[in-house]
Amino acid sequence: MVLITRKIEFSASHLYHNPSFSVEENRRIFGKCNNPHGHGHNYTLEVTVAGEPDPVTGMVLDLKELKEILEREVMQRMDHRHLNYEVPELAGQIPTCENIAQVLWRLLDPKITRGRLHHVRLYESPDLFADCYRNGAAPAGKQ
Amino acid sequence: MNSALKLELGRRYRFSASHRLHTEHLSEEENNRIFGKCNNPYGHGHNYVVEVSVSGDVDPATGMIANLADLDAFVQHQVLDEFDHKSLNEDVPAFRDIVPTTENVCIEIFRRLKSFPKAKLERIRVEETGKNSFEYAGDDPEGNLP
Repeated sequence: MVLITRKIEFSASHLYHNPSFSVEENRRIFGKCNNPHGHGHNYTLEVTVAGEPDPVTGMVLDLKELKEILEREVMQRMDHRHLNYEVPELAGQIPTCENIAQVLWRLLDPKITRGRLHHVRLYESPDLFADCYRNGAAPAGKQ
Repeated sequence: MNSALKLELGRRYRFSASHRLHTEHLSEEENNRIFGKCNNPYGHGHNYVVEVSVSGDVDPATGMIANLADLDAFVQHQVLDEFDHKSLNEDVPAFRDIVPTTENVCIEIFRRLKSFPKAKLERIRVEETGKNSFEYAGDDPEGNLP
């Protein structure tokens, strides 16, 4: 099995707020991420697909095809958007790295038909990221 | 949580420290041959990067595996306060008897963070410089719960 990874970057705004918490609880739990006017990040998404190279083309899947999937499913949906208000898949959820990574997994998994989605890593900043795997699959580096 | 997916939260921290690779179990010549310039008796330093990965259920009320403020405070107290701007050999008791290679630094940091109460520690990855890194995910087949 071979793993191939494609990286994209998008920029988006968000805020953390749970309407069932009090004003004080929201502030205590979410800190400055609770600013009602929101704030933004440059997100970096790494998508890893696992599979066997095709004996004729030598490819697990054509990276051009993966690039088009990422453009359609991620860039058009999230780039230069407000994640709380403009992304229906995140409606009713706090748009943390963990939740966005899960949404991205569910969007991408059915679209990747050559090879199999193996790992999604979403960086909110260089120092904070979420990893998403299929349950039971070994994390990258622990094959 | 959707049990079909496994979620991990990763966070990077930095500390700067000095160390010397040297063991009393070897002769001066052997220390010199094996550890090379890392055996310099006065030590030398690195800007270390520590990547901490934890896993767990994503709380639907907060969207979080663990609150970053809790993780940051725990890492600060358990590791950074004791490693940053220190001599690993002289100031960290674990390295009195074992060589502070980054392999051992990884294991020691894992040991110190294993008891994080809010999520399960999955692995520690340490970059000694931008060109080398080390990972440790524990040796317990039953998992890394405290």
